[in-house]
Amino acid sequence: MAVPTYAGPLERIWYYTFRVLCGLIFFFLIAPILIMVPLSFNVEPYFTYTREMLMLNPEGYSLRWYQDLFTSESWLTSIKNSMIIGVSSTIVATFLGTLAALGLSRSEMPFKGLFMGLLISPMIVPLIISAAGMFFFYSSIGLANTMPGVILAHAALGTPFVVITVTATLVGFDHSLTRASASLGAGAGRTFFKIQMPLILPGVISGALFAFITSFDEIVIVLFVAGVEQRTIPREMWSGIREQISPTILAVASILVAFSILLLTTVELLRRRSERLRGMSPG
Amino acid sequence: MTQIDGTPNGSDNDHKVNGQMVTVDGTPLKASLKRAERKRTLIAFLLVAPLLTYLLISFIFPIGQMMWRSVDNPQLVSVLPKTLEALQDWDGEGIPDEPVFEALAQELTVASANRTIGRVAVRLNYEISAARGALMRTSRSAEDMEPPYKEAFLDAHRLWNETEFYRIIKREGRPLTASYYVAAFDGTYNEDGEIVMQDENRRIYIDLFIRTFSMSLGITLLTLLLGFPISFLMASLPMRKANLLMIFVLLPFWTSLLVRTTSWIVLLQQQGVINELLIFLGVIGEDGRLGMIYNMTGTIIAMTHILLPFMVLPLYSVMKTIPPSYVRAAKSLGATPWTAFWRIYVPQTLPGIGAGAVLVFIISIGYYITPALVGGQSGQMISNLIAYHMQTSLNWGLAAALGSVLLISVLILYWVYNRLVGADSLKLG
Repeated sequence: MAVPTYAGPLERIWYYTFRVLCGLIFFFLIAPILIMVPLSFNVEPYFTYTREMLMLNPEGYSLRWYQDLFTSESWLTSIKNSMIIGVSSTIVATFLGTLAALGLSRSEMPFKGLFMGLLISPMIVPLIISAAGMFFFYSSIGLANTMPGVILAHAALGTPFVVITVTATLVGFDHSLTRASASLGAGAGRTFFKIQMPLILPGVISGALFAFITSFDEIVIVLFVAGVEQRTIPREMWSGIREQISPTILAVASILVAFSILLLTTVELLRRRSERLRGMSPG
Repeated sequence: MTQIDGTPNGSDNDHKVNGQMVTVDGTPLKASLKRAERKRTLIAFLLVAPLLTYLLISFIFPIGQMMWRSVDNPQLVSVLPKTLEALQDWDGEGIPDEPVFEALAQELTVASANRTIGRVAVRLNYEISAARGALMRTSRSAEDMEPPYKEAFLDAHRLWNETEFYRIIKREGRPLTASYYVAAFDGTYNEDGEIVMQDENRRIYIDLFIRTFSMSLGITLLTLLLGFPISFLMASLPMRKANLLMIFVLLPFWTSLLVRTTSWIVLLQQQGVINELLIFLGVIGEDGRLGMIYNMTGTIIAMTHILLPFMVLPLYSVMKTIPPSYVRAAKSLGATPWTAFWRIYVPQTLPGIGAGAVLVFIISIGYYITPALVGGQSGQMISNLIAYHMQTSLNWGLAAALGSVLLISVLILYWVYNRLVGADSLKLG
């Protein structure tokens, strides 16, 4: 959208004003996240840029908050817990979600709308309500304050993402491929693993990543269902922000930003690969 | 069921018996097809069944159970059945007669011994504030009471002298109650047992619902205001550049919610980056530091930032599909750029605006974490009060009633969203 040669002066002014305006909005989106990263290297326990930092004086910077983080018992436990809960709930969610998406995408599936609504409900219901409901239920069956309880709760929250992404990859799936495979003598299992699986794999993986990040970033359920033993990274940050806010939180936050860049790149690459495989867009 | 595979050619005489088509093994084709179809339906259903069962048990049932708590009222019915039966004969005026107190003395003694009295005391305390003390104290002495019980009760605590108290016991002596919902809408019962509004200064929840809705609406409008220009820009740029700019939208989307909230605390607090910058630039003095966080402003700024991607993604996906030729046609027919934009372009973006707005609104009315961390007093939303009643005041019935109201609002909005765009088209990333 370059300025057309016939544009009048007013249009030119508007064109540049609009660009600047958009630039400011993009700045609003990204700046808060990036501004925090250098502060995590602050030598002082402040949340603002010191004179030394602005002068780029190396004495204004230090790794002490990262050191704090990796020597603190409670932070290390929370990292471990987050990983265990994230990975386990992702496995459960991906397995159940992929199966359900395969069923939902079949043309013979009855009451598709109703089932879809039920299956994605964990994404729609406000977290505080899910958390309250699960708190009563998990307490009554003795799963509150246990690792399996948190894993099962997070798995339920993650399934809609898997269902949605896998269903999306199955849209436009060419069913003559499976018929061709069957007519060539392959059994149902072989057809699935050799033909369908490779095609829906990008969807399954990005669904799994969504499920993982949902669990990894989830705090409301953890506040209600988990006990002290199952403290996760967000739970630790939550109490850090409420009780004694120290730059260690910024160190954690910076690492999480790096982590989200990694996840974003992976999902984006997978999406493009999936679209290319299904021939939907050139790249 | 619209598609039947491999239907044999009708003119194939080898497979016709009595004018009816049959398969190789002799069963009529119709029946055979029907069976195959039934089998395929069954397989489809079996694939969905594990997740459906899992969610029904671990998610939908617990929420139903929680909603049930908003009307469930088992405490009095289970502990004081005889008293309640005796109260049936009471006309609601003055103090009930001796049989009521006889039953009460008996049941309080039992309840005190097996420690069920606490539940009744807590339950009645939601309705009238001295009830807990009255019941706990009276139940301890109930064992030693002698007839006439009425006198003994009237001496035991001042509440037993109030007609109001018996009316409450009678009202809450039913297995289902509306009182949590009455409380959730700032109502109360008057002397005649009619539902009336609370005193002005004791109303909390209606204001909070209004505040939650208006904050969500404000946040939705802000995200639209900020999201529209950048979506428009990205939709009009070549793919390559648009994808690059998309990173600015997706990175916040993928960044932890707590990280984003933390960064707003860092930016907005009294000793934070923005205040220091303004002082450095001489815009404000040392004592003129702006209070931008721990209030409604902080909540709105942080939530607008957090929810902006949810507006941009649907808007952008709609704008990308709008052919530029319509606007060009309008201009060539003499429309000013503004008319062409407003009359031709904007109407075509309405599905995207609708989808984005409902999505942002749904997410923000149920938001808990950000208001709890940066909201202070004035930035609290309905979710925060639900959490308060769940964890601090332990009035679970009221929490359930507030939660049910919130849930029903969200479900209605979701239904609207579904009508606008269809749940299947929900896009991620």
